[in-house]
Amino acid sequence: MTIGLYHPGQSALHRASAGAKLSALVVVSLALFVAPSIWVALASVPIAFAVYLATGAPFRRLMAQLRGPAILLGLVFVFHLAFGSVAEGVLAVTRFATLILLASAVTLSTPVSEMAELVEWGLGPLRPLGVNPEKVGLAIALAIRFVPLIAEEFRHIREAQAARGLAANPLALIVPLVIRTLKSADELADAIEARGYER
Amino acid sequence: MIVLEAVSHDFEDRPVLAEIDLALPERRIGIVGANGSGKSTFARLLNGLVLPKQGRVLIDGVDTARDVKAIRRKVGFVFQNPDHQIVMPIVGEDLAFGLKARKIPKGEIDTRIDAALARYDLGHLRERPVHLLSGGEKQLVALSAVLVTDPEIVVFDEPTTLLDLRNRNRVAAAIDALPHPAIVVSHDLELIAGFERVLMIEDGRVAADGLPGEVLPFYRERMR
Ligand SMILES: Nc1ncnc2c1ncn2[C@@H]1O[C@H](COP(=O)(O)OP(=O)(O)O)[C@@H](O)[C@H]1O
Ligand SMILES: [Mg+2]
Repeated sequence: MTIGLYHPGQSALHRASAGAKLSALVVVSLALFVAPSIWVALASVPIAFAVYLATGAPFRRLMAQLRGPAILLGLVFVFHLAFGSVAEGVLAVTRFATLILLASAVTLSTPVSEMAELVEWGLGPLRPLGVNPEKVGLAIALAIRFVPLIAEEFRHIREAQAARGLAANPLALIVPLVIRTLKSADELADAIEARGYER
Repeated sequence: MIVLEAVSHDFEDRPVLAEIDLALPERRIGIVGANGSGKSTFARLLNGLVLPKQGRVLIDGVDTARDVKAIRRKVGFVFQNPDHQIVMPIVGEDLAFGLKARKIPKGEIDTRIDAALARYDLGHLRERPVHLLSGGEKQLVALSAVLVTDPEIVVFDEPTTLLDLRNRNRVAAAIDALPHPAIVVSHDLELIAGFERVLMIEDGRVAADGLPGEVLPFYRERMR
């Protein structure tokens, strides 16, 4: 299974700090949208693609990960052809393609804990307003940790139901999935406490 | 040493543990009993995840109800399902989790993680996503993440139940080699056959207490 997750490696991107990478991402996105030049947008795609490849993740995984966004961008392009102009379509698609490639390069090369730390740091000033940055950081890490677990539960439940001859019925899948997920979450909460995390 | 003084517990008035008095100085203690007999509740009393409704639980003289922070430092807990114990998506990050909670400095965190993973030859897994590990690897990572925080006692709640034989053997060997005192709840009787003491729990009471050679045959007989 491939999720847009961290891929360990030694690339220059991996060595850069999470803060630097995210700041660069923000600057590039702003620049792309401030400069309405189709040539800048067109030129940025191969550069962003090179950055994406520079993460050093396996080529097949990198390509597979682009399938979903590519379909989406195709739809965006068709939408512009229908309701706008070719130039607008090209501009929109190239801008988004650049952003998707760069954002993926950041997630591929940045461990979750670093992202969480950055978020914790960024939310620090909100502490007096009652925001607990450590909790937000933990929540992000847990959400990412839980994605493959929920996917696996989903498979188990579907198999169990299929084995009993039940047709795939969304409600029949969702109810046990929610119950099991809540139970796992309960156990996970105990584990977090047992491991010395203080609320 | 672990001491339970007249401990009783109930969940919403349903009694789960009744009048338990025990002193547990041994280094290897097994707990057996049928499903729902109260083993997990008993195990959870030992690290303060469950606080007794009556009586006291003392770890080296510290009351679990008084100083839960100190208890969490003393008692490590390994759950049945490592998927519900491992908090972070990457192995190394998960080992760092308990250390960060204890405010250990960054440089020290790094060296301690390396040492903890090396104990079970898991160094190569440090950067791996947890969801791609085998069941046995996950359980050993969960155990490493507990040991890296340097507890004085380790409690295991059915650590081998979800594992295939090879992984079960790896985890059993790890428990065997552990220098720490350990309390192990298990249906895997072979795992605790060599322990110093075995308790059998039945309907929330200690129904048998002694050497494995005495308690395990009695337990097998009861479960027929
Ligand atoms: N958090 C809880 N809330 C309510 N009832 C519980 C809770 N935890 C355990 N129980 C009940 O307490 C009894 C003993 O459970 P447990 O200690 O998990 O037994 P064992 O581990 O031996 O299977 C069971 O009847 C169980 O349903
Ligand atoms: Mg249990």
